[in-house]
Amino acid sequence: MDYILNILGPLIAGTGVTLKMFLVTIVLAVPLGLALALARISRFGVLSGAVNGYIWLMRGTPLMLQMLFIYFALPFVPVIGVRLPDFPAAVVAFVLNYAAYFAEIFRAGIQSIDRGQYEGAKVLGLTYAQTMRRIVLPQMVKRILPPISNETITLVKDTSLIYVLAMNDLLRAARGIVQRDFTTTPFVVAAAFYLAMTLVLTWGFQYLEKRYAVYDE
Amino acid sequence: MSNSSAIPAMIRAENIHKRFGAVEVLKGVSLTMDKGEVIAVIGPSGSGKSTFLRCLNHLEVINRGHIEIEGEVLASTDSEGLCHYAPETDVRRICRKMGMVFQHFNLFPHLTVLQNIIEAPITVKGMKREEIVPVAEELLRKVGLFAKCDSYPARLSGGQKQRVAIARALAMEPDIMLFDEPTSALDPELTGEVLRTMRQLAEEHMTMLVVTHEMGFAREVAGRVIFMDQGEIVEARPAAELFAKPEHPRTKAFLDNML
Repeated sequence: MDYILNILGPLIAGTGVTLKMFLVTIVLAVPLGLALALARISRFGVLSGAVNGYIWLMRGTPLMLQMLFIYFALPFVPVIGVRLPDFPAAVVAFVLNYAAYFAEIFRAGIQSIDRGQYEGAKVLGLTYAQTMRRIVLPQMVKRILPPISNETITLVKDTSLIYVLAMNDLLRAARGIVQRDFTTTPFVVAAAFYLAMTLVLTWGFQYLEKRYAVYDE
Repeated sequence: MSNSSAIPAMIRAENIHKRFGAVEVLKGVSLTMDKGEVIAVIGPSGSGKSTFLRCLNHLEVINRGHIEIEGEVLASTDSEGLCHYAPETDVRRICRKMGMVFQHFNLFPHLTVLQNIIEAPITVKGMKREEIVPVAEELLRKVGLFAKCDSYPARLSGGQKQRVAIARALAMEPDIMLFDEPTSALDPELTGEVLRTMRQLAEEHMTMLVVTHEMGFAREVAGRVIFMDQGEIVEARPAAELFAKPEHPRTKAFLDNML
């Protein structure tokens, strides 16, 4: 027990890094994903096609590779080349990658809304933007909660990939102690931390699902 | 055309053509409708009557023809046969003169009954909540659903949903009401309440164009009845005449089948 209390410090610090990565990614990737989804379903073929290609690229290559590319290779790319410190580089990779997955979830949600809803809004004089904001997107939220919950829980665990940029997230902190002390206890503690984080998320999403259950369809 | 001193027709549709792919659904349909008229459109399914209604308020885009709402041109066709619509903002403004009630209600499930009704007046007309709520409550009283103000649509019966949908359309103060088979999705015992609401509206001299299978309603409430078949208007006459003595054999066959 004393040992666990002893190693708690660095593990909590690692959890801080993990949470920061998680929160920044969510806050940026959700709006970007929504924008991508709306672009993907727009009637402008070029825009829709470009987003389609983007999603293919982001889902078709490993997140770790994307992160390594942005950190190591981006500085040498002409014109857009920029050298990013480790945390911003990781954030950019995570946001670009997760936005692609979110975009597909949003798109599925938007396209599951009955055409009659658009017609009902249109005959009342709502513009397309008003229809989206007031009628379609609020209904979409209810339908996409389960897949979004999935994706955010995956994100909590994916943050452990940032160890390749030598950032001390929860898992890397635990591994450091394991290698120093020759005991696997830190792994168990780290697992408990991950479980606690995902439990909070699970509860959060269950609460949201209940709140949205006030109306049936 | 309509720039004379005479009051323009509420709806003037001329020679409307509409194709879905290779199928020609409307083959030159024309209709002129005056203020306060109640017209019922009847005909077998697939006759194009719903499509015709949907063309009038731009839910469908016509391929050829001319549509004028209260003297304003919504769509017209030039001498080369190309169909042009008014600019988008004009289209929206013109179409707002028409309220529409759908077969499947199309209420917004995430909003309560009251919210369903006040949504468009607030979002589209920029009305204040405190201005529109009393109006909405009055409309709900009129359709007999004031008690359901705070219910979500899923908690209502089909007949109640349709009456809310009518109230929602009326909240935008349309000059014309279009009804697209408003009772076709209802259990037979629920059609009465919706038809009563519509009858009340007709008595208040609302201009109404009603696509329906309710022959009783068409006969008793409509001034004129239009019989459509295979994308054409076969016969359009005062209700009493059409039901008593259909001129066209197709009308007669259809009525014999329905009654």
